[in-house]
Amino acid sequence: MVATFSRKRLFGYTSMVWALGAITFLSFLVWLHHFFTMGAGANVNAFFGVMTMIIAIPTGVKVFNWLFTMNQGMIKFATPMKWFLGFVVTFTIGGMAGVLMAVPPADFQLHNSLFLVAHFHTMIIGGVVFGYFAGITYWFPKVFGFKLNEKLGTYAFWCWLIGFVLAFVPLYILGLMGATRRLDHYDSSMGWQGLFVVAGIGALIIAAGIGFQILQYIVSIRQRHQNLDPTGDPWNGRTLEWSTTSPAPVYNFAVEPEVRTRDAFWAMKHSKAKHSEPEYEAIKVPKNSSVGLIIAGLSFVFGFAIIWHIYWLAPIVAAGIVLCVILRTTNDDTERTISAAQVAKIEAKAKERFA
Amino acid sequence: MSEAVAVERKQDTRTIFGFWVYLMTDCVLFASLFATFAVLRNNTFGGPGGDELFSLPFVLAETLILLTSSFTCGLAMLAAQRKDKRMVLIWFGVTFLLGLAFLTMEVTEFSHLVAEGNSWRRNAFLSSFFTLVGTHGLHITVGLLWMIVMMAQVFTKGLKDNVVRRLTLLSMFWHFLDIVWIFIFTIVYLAGAL
Amino acid sequence: MSDTTYKKTQRAYILGFSLSIALTLAAYILVVGHHFSHYAILLTIIFLALVQFLVQLQFFLHIGRESKPRWNLLVLLFMVIIVWILVFGSLWIMTNLNYHHDHMTPDQTDQFIIHDENVQE
Repeated sequence: MVATFSRKRLFGYTSMVWALGAITFLSFLVWLHHFFTMGAGANVNAFFGVMTMIIAIPTGVKVFNWLFTMNQGMIKFATPMKWFLGFVVTFTIGGMAGVLMAVPPADFQLHNSLFLVAHFHTMIIGGVVFGYFAGITYWFPKVFGFKLNEKLGTYAFWCWLIGFVLAFVPLYILGLMGATRRLDHYDSSMGWQGLFVVAGIGALIIAAGIGFQILQYIVSIRQRHQNLDPTGDPWNGRTLEWSTTSPAPVYNFAVEPEVRTRDAFWAMKHSKAKHSEPEYEAIKVPKNSSVGLIIAGLSFVFGFAIIWHIYWLAPIVAAGIVLCVILRTTNDDTERTISAAQVAKIEAKAKERFA
Repeated sequence: MSEAVAVERKQDTRTIFGFWVYLMTDCVLFASLFATFAVLRNNTFGGPGGDELFSLPFVLAETLILLTSSFTCGLAMLAAQRKDKRMVLIWFGVTFLLGLAFLTMEVTEFSHLVAEGNSWRRNAFLSSFFTLVGTHGLHITVGLLWMIVMMAQVFTKGLKDNVVRRLTLLSMFWHFLDIVWIFIFTIVYLAGAL
Repeated sequence: MSDTTYKKTQRAYILGFSLSIALTLAAYILVVGHHFSHYAILLTIIFLALVQFLVQLQFFLHIGRESKPRWNLLVLLFMVIIVWILVFGSLWIMTNLNYHHDHMTPDQTDQFIIHDENVQE
C-alpha cells in the first residue's frame, strides 16, 4: 500500500522479510514482560526485558523501510494512505513507551498504571485499528466493486487521530504521576480531573470519527453507482490483485499469471510487450455450501451453553456439530467445473466494461 | 486424464501437509498442558502424590495396548495402499478395539480416583493431571469416532482416492496420539512414581 | 504400491513396533527396579522417551522419508523449538518465583538472592 501511494517500489524488501521472520521468532521469547512484578528474580526479569527491547529493532527496520519507500516518491494522500501515516506515527510512539516499560525497574513503577493502558491502546488503536482501516478502505473497491466516499473517510480519519491523541496522551501523563488502572474513580484531591476531562473529550471526538465511518458506508452504498470501479484498478496499483475486475470473478484469475518480478502488475502495465489472446482452460471451483455457516452457528450455541452451564443444551449441540461434519464427508460432489467457454464468456463481459 | 490425476495428487499432498501442520499445533497445545503439569507436580495440598495414586502395571498395560493399536493402524494403511478392502476393515477393526480397551482402562482409572476423593478438585496436581490425561483421552475418543466413520466409508464407497486420503490423515492422527502418550507415560506416571 | 515398497514399509512398521516395546519395557523396568538414583533414572527414562519419539516419527510417520523440500521436517523442528521454549521457559520462571518465600526473614531473603545470583561483594 505504501509503495502504491508513493508510486515507488517497496524499499528494502529482503530486510523486510528478515525483520518479519525475526519478530515472529522473538515474539515467542518475551511473554514474561506482562508480569515483571510477579516475583521472579532478577535473572528472569532481565532476560525477558532484554528480549522485549531487542524486538524493537526489527520493528524499527520495518518502519524505516516504509519511510524510505516514501522518500522521493510521488505521495498521493488517498484515505488508505492517511490511515497508514496515522498508523506509523502512533505506532512508533506507542512502541517507544513499550521499550521504556521493558526495563523491569521502570515497569515496577508503571505496571498496571494508566501509562500501561495508554501504551497498549496506542499499539492496538494506532497499530492494529489504523492499519485495519487502511486495509479496509484500500481493498473495499476490489471486494464490492465501488469506492468509499473519500471526503467522509478523511473526516473520519482526522477525528480518530485527533481524538486518539486527546484521549490517551493525558493517560501517559497520569500514569507517570501514579494513577492506577481499573479504578472507577480517582479522588479529586489528586488534581487529575482536568486531564481526565481532556481524555473524555478525546473519546467523544473518536465517537464522532466512528459516526463519520458509519455515515461513509451509508453514503457510499447509496452512491455506489456513481463510484463504480470499472477498471478493477482504482488506485493505480502495483500488485496482481488489481489485474482482476472489481469484484473479482469466482475463479480469481482466468489464466495463472506468470510472475517474473515483484510488482508484477506494475511491470505488466508498463511493459511494451503485446498482450496475446490468452488460452482459457476449464477451472474447478468448490460448490457453494452452507455447512460451514451451520457448524459455526452451532459452535456459537455450544460455546454459549458451556460458559453459562446450560448442561442440557451443550451435548445436543455438540452432537449436532459432529453430525454435520460426518454428513459433509459423505458428500463426494463438492466441486464444479467452469468450462473454458464459460471462462471466456466471463472474461469477455469484463473487458466490455473496461471499454 | 493423467494431468487431472496429477492435480488431484498435488491437492492430496497439500491436504496431508495441512493436517501435519495442525498436528504440530496440537503438540504445542499438549506441551502447554505438560508445562502446567510439570510446574504443579508437587502441589498436592497434603494429599497423596503420583507414587501413591498410580498403578504402574496397569499403566504399562495401557501403554502396550495403545502402542499395538498404532502398529495395527500402520498395517491397515499398508493394506489400503494395496487396495485390499477386507484387510483394511479387519486391521482398523483391531485398532478400534484396542483403542476402545485403552479408553475403557483410562475411564476406569479416572473413576477410581474420583471415587476415592482424588478428583480434579482436590489439588492443583490432580487438576493438571486430569486436564492433561483427559485431553489425551478426548483426542482418543474423537479418533475412535473418526475410525467408525471411516470404516463405514470404506465399506460403502470402497478405497477411493479421497477415502484413502482420509485414512492417511486418521493414521497420522492415531500415531501422533501414541507419541503423546509416550510422554504422558514417562513424565506423568513413571517420573511421578520415582 | 510396488512389492518392494510394501515389504520395506512392512518391515519398518515391525521394526518400529519392536523397538518401541523394548524402549517402553526398559523404562518401566528401570523405574520399578529402583536400582539407581532417582536423578539417573529420570534422565534415562526421558532419554528413552525421546528415542522412542524419534523411532515412531521415522518408522510410523515416515518423517525421514520425504523428498526435498522437507516441509514436514521443517514444521516439526519449528514445533520442537516452540515446545522447548514453552516447557523450559515456564519451568525456569516458576521455579524462579521461589525468591519470595514468606518464611524467610528479609536478611535470609537477601542471603538467598546473593547466593543464588553469585553476587560478589
